[in-house]
Amino acid sequence: MNGHPGSVKFEIELLVNDKSHHAAIRAADTLLRVLREHLGLTGAKAGCENGDCGACTVHVDGVPIKSCMMLAIEARGSRIATIEGLRNTPIQQAFVDHFAFQCGFCTPGFIMVCHALAEHRPKAGDDVIQEWLQSNICRCTSYEEIGAAIKSVLRWQG
Amino acid sequence: MISFDFQYERPESIEEAVQAFQRADSAGLEPIYYSGGTEIISMARLNLLRTGAVIDIKGIPECNVMAVRQDRFVIGSAITLTNVVEANLYPLLSETSRNVADFTNRNKITIGGNLCGKFYYREALLPFLLADSQVVLAGAGGLRQVPIDLVMNGEPRLEKGELLVQIISEARYLALPFITVKKTKQEKIDYPIVRVTGLRAAEGIRMAFSGVSEAAFRSRELEEVLNDTALPVQERIEVAIRRWPYPILNDILSSAAYRTFVLRNTLTDAMEALERRRL
Ligand SMILES: Cc1cc2nc3c(=O)[nH]c(=O)nc-3n(C[C@H](O)[C@H](O)[C@H](O)COP(=O)(O)OP(=O)(O)OC[C@H]3O[C@@H](n4cnc5c(N)ncnc54)[C@H](O)[C@@H]3O)c2cc1C
Ligand code: FES
Ligand code: FES
Repeated sequence: MNGHPGSVKFEIELLVNDKSHHAAIRAADTLLRVLREHLGLTGAKAGCENGDCGACTVHVDGVPIKSCMMLAIEARGSRIATIEGLRNTPIQQAFVDHFAFQCGFCTPGFIMVCHALAEHRPKAGDDVIQEWLQSNICRCTSYEEIGAAIKSVLRWQG
Repeated sequence: MISFDFQYERPESIEEAVQAFQRADSAGLEPIYYSGGTEIISMARLNLLRTGAVIDIKGIPECNVMAVRQDRFVIGSAITLTNVVEANLYPLLSETSRNVADFTNRNKITIGGNLCGKFYYREALLPFLLADSQVVLAGAGGLRQVPIDLVMNGEPRLEKGELLVQIISEARYLALPFITVKKTKQEKIDYPIVRVTGLRAAEGIRMAFSGVSEAAFRSRELEEVLNDTALPVQERIEVAIRRWPYPILNDILSSAAYRTFVLRNTLTDAMEALERRRL
């Protein structure tokens, strides 16, 4: 189905955290806005909405994506995972154990990137960790602790 | 939030995409092709771009190809930079793409978007300019294949409604010795103040640049200077800088004087490195 030319809003089905959701959206709505404002999933944060901070990161078919840089309509037919879909994962516990956050605004985005890294590259070395995590910004500068948290999980998996 | 509305279409063939563009154009919707969409979303949110129709090209099979076939490296315009880096079929392209934006954005940014975008950095273009690649374009008149130099060197010169489908490079270029260096103001992830890419081909050094000026380009005239063995390397570099084909940028990232300083040093290092990697 294409976005209907005549109608500003149309119904869309999105598969988020293994559940099907319906929402009436505009083609111009970003995935971030639809998750937060239509589906009530406010875990992904609207930081810069410019692709810079990573606070809005979710997984689309297992790949970390900045949801402010994707239209919701593009995600039709894909599996979307948000921070609300993660339960008792090692990386969540590691963030607690390593005090890897202060205000917590960046945390959902960091956890989504770290979780994908642990899933796809469980043996990642420092270079790969840095490459993936450079996509996200923490204004409280918890970088040391975030680094320690992801490394503990990668070791845990290895 | 994007403050205006547009139609969204996701055609599944080149013909459908071109027709969708023409239909929307006739309806006065000022359509645009949509690949990774990162630039379109960023600019639309800031009201720097307006369109009534976006045509998502990610469902077109030809735009999703990446392979070396019969001595040709073929890459579709909808391939993401992450896929380019991971496949590593053309190491100069992979290394150059690796420093464009950040990892998560590279999961979305595509080769076609980087080459056709409004931002003038277009760093992924440089390896194709150096390999004398060809581009496959689709428009109202059908498909045409032309040297990338003709339609992309300096700035994109596609005709209205033309879709970049693929870029084709001869496989013999893929394994040549190369250098690619990106200098940023401060952060690792930023637009370049200087990006130099070089390839050592049989006839000499080839070089292409981004970030120095408001254009990503390769210049045969500069290459002639840089390959002029009658002059010492440092003098060749000075002549090349004097003959730079575009004004050197003076912006928030760097003054023109500092950029020139960084360019000189980067060129010196790049020439030395390519000299060491002689065939
Ligand atoms: C956070 C961030 C950091 C960045 N850093 C860098 C950097 O360091 N270096 C750099 O070079 N760039 C950088 N960019 C710019 C980015 O590479 C370009 O904006 C690129 O256009 C985005 O690709 P896209 O696939 O998302 O393009 P889109 O947003 O889909 O399209 C961009 C433009 O290209 C046109 N287009 C796309 N595909 C085609 C096609 N196949 N045929 C015809 N026209 C087409 C579209 O109509 C549109 O006008 C950055 C962007 C972001 C968001
Ligand atoms: S809100 Fe998406 S990257 Fe900042
Ligand atoms: S914990 Fe405050 S921004 Fe990261």
